[in-house]
Amino acid sequence: MIKLIGLVPLFPLIGFIINGFFGKKMGKGLSGTIASLSIAASFVVSLLIFMDLQKMPEKSVVVNLFSWINSDTLKIPFSFLVDPLSSIFLLIITGIGFLIHIYSIGYMHHDEGFARFFTYLNLFIFFMLLLVLGNNYLIMFVGWEGVGLCSYLLIGFWFKNTEYNNAAKKAFVMNRIGDLGFLLGIILIFFTYGTITYGDVFEKAHTGSDTIMTAIALLLFVGAMGKSAQIPLYTWLPDAMAGPTPVSALIHAATMVTAGIYMIVRSNIFYSSSEVASEVVAIVGALTALMAAVIGCAQTDIKKVLAYSTVSQLGLMFLALGVGAYSTAVFHVTTHAFFKALLFLGAGSVIHAMSNEQDMRKMGGLRKALPITWLTMGIATLAISGFPLLSGFFSKDEILAHVWEENKILWIVATLTSLLTAFYMFRMFILTFHTNFRGTAEQKHHLHESPKSMTIPLIVLAILSLAGGLLGLPEAFHGNNWISGYLSPIIAHRSPSTLSHETEYMLMGIATLVFICGAYTAYNVYQKSKVLPAASEKDMRPSERFIYHKFKVDEFYNAVITRPLNGISVAFHKFVESDLIDGLVNGVGTMVKWLSGVIRQLQTGNIGFYIFSMVLGVVAIIFWSVLK
Amino acid sequence: MTGILLQSAIISTPIEWYILLSAALFTIGACGVMFKRNAIIIFASVELMLNAVNLLLVAFSSYHSDASAQVFVFFIMAVAAAEVAVGLAILSMIYRNVKSIDIDVLSKLRH
Repeated sequence: MIKLIGLVPLFPLIGFIINGFFGKKMGKGLSGTIASLSIAASFVVSLLIFMDLQKMPEKSVVVNLFSWINSDTLKIPFSFLVDPLSSIFLLIITGIGFLIHIYSIGYMHHDEGFARFFTYLNLFIFFMLLLVLGNNYLIMFVGWEGVGLCSYLLIGFWFKNTEYNNAAKKAFVMNRIGDLGFLLGIILIFFTYGTITYGDVFEKAHTGSDTIMTAIALLLFVGAMGKSAQIPLYTWLPDAMAGPTPVSALIHAATMVTAGIYMIVRSNIFYSSSEVASEVVAIVGALTALMAAVIGCAQTDIKKVLAYSTVSQLGLMFLALGVGAYSTAVFHVTTHAFFKALLFLGAGSVIHAMSNEQDMRKMGGLRKALPITWLTMGIATLAISGFPLLSGFFSKDEILAHVWEENKILWIVATLTSLLTAFYMFRMFILTFHTNFRGTAEQKHHLHESPKSMTIPLIVLAILSLAGGLLGLPEAFHGNNWISGYLSPIIAHRSPSTLSHETEYMLMGIATLVFICGAYTAYNVYQKSKVLPAASEKDMRPSERFIYHKFKVDEFYNAVITRPLNGISVAFHKFVESDLIDGLVNGVGTMVKWLSGVIRQLQTGNIGFYIFSMVLGVVAIIFWSVLK
Repeated sequence: MTGILLQSAIISTPIEWYILLSAALFTIGACGVMFKRNAIIIFASVELMLNAVNLLLVAFSSYHSDASAQVFVFFIMAVAAAEVAVGLAILSMIYRNVKSIDIDVLSKLRH
């Protein structure tokens, strides 16, 4: 079965081609069905491959498809690597991708770009599968760029809105900055080791000096910063919410943004060999987690809250990577994919019911009208906030435990982030579903539960969010932490946890306490005291306004990078382009014109004169040759 | 018999005379081409220049007892005849259209 791995990305590609060329003529039903079926087929094959892999002793299979680049020292086969890491990502991508496809059929039903939407979505899945399946950095890079392209296309899906287009451009440019780092990292790997195939590189990794390994690790991390929205390149992700909600769920929460984590886990040998790089990753992750959580507390747009929550959770994952807990990061990627996709899809269901209203200040009291959405989103909120025994509790707790072992200060930051997470998630949940309805009468009349195609994915994801923790049940709970054992073959260095079960219980106790504090504060403020976020910016306190404006980071980037660059461009255009280059080119033209004006005087049309000058010329030549 | 006599007569004349004669003829021809305005006279002058060269070729050919130059001369004559035929035809056409063969009038080449 593993030999058939090529089928996994092939199905979405076929779906993309069919939908891209004939989607418009086929009609919405058929187009959506083909797109979803292609992902379902991929999912089934992935599942079979996953089960096959369990039975294999070596746990890692390279499937050569064809020879791709073959020139002298650079030999790159187009081959796929099936191992525990890629098989988990395969299941996440195709599984959640399939659910979101089904959901999109309901959500995008009224949209005129229906076929185009599914075309992009299928293409995205194809590239994402390429990214995680490739057996060398170049294939990963192709997938990496491909998902970036699809992200751009889908953020700007409603291209008639200039603001959305700007958001798409911003995402693309920010990603390009990261991609440059990634590309430089790949080039450095090739120059150092002479190959970019994973197995060969990791085998030779220690032949490079420490400096080089640190440089590679940091360059790859720059790439991860861009794709996974870490400080300083995170600002594109909240803006990316301009895209349709299923896109936010699939690309900007569950799959694409975790590509950076996948890449670092894949290259974990560089990070575990470089203290500096690991510390940078941990600190950047912790800072991002905290900062995004703070910003999330002041947002009023339901999708923006979730976007900052995603950035914050990604920060936690990077923190886990930084302290060397690679399998824990993958565990959190998995559970996060479940509950964050669910949250976004739930938000989509709310937005759908509210006729495209995204402002939480105008929602409230939706529990009665949207019971299924309320229930499933409630589960997701509990899961992400760390309610005991739900999926988020286990994965976050494992991260916190590893951070506790490494560094107490970072642990405090992470715990603070958890507190804020519980707070802003409950703030969002209460403002949306509880208290009184604050929308218009027309919206109230229109309120309805979403169709089955939308609620079924919600229910499936809710079950996964409930039970996802079973994948990594800690030993303290008499579990065997399946995911950590499963991933162990691909992790280069592992330091077994030295935490006693008592400490673990204590940490879990603290986490539960933190959850209760955050949730209770939100309940107190928004449910009991019925506080509403300020209706307009004028009513906000200065500090609140500062947070509402995301710490003015965008303005800061504008002032420090964009404006000076623009200024330089304008200056170059004026002085170098217009004056120097154009002056030079036009000068040559003017000179030739003047010279020809002079010489043209000779062309009189008088034959006698021509002959006379010809004879003179001949005489001159003869004289000259005689005299010489 | 007469051929041999003629040969000796030619050879007894110093080569410098032939050179001077043909140079003079050539110069006359060149001046005619340069200063005359009548196209037919210019043609005649061109023929004069050609024949000055022919004369020189024949003279050298005799002095060196090498016939190849005389072959050259035949070619030049043939080509000149053809050239005159074409040239005169052009001239007569020009005359029909412009009613003049004064080259100062024919300055249309300028455009």
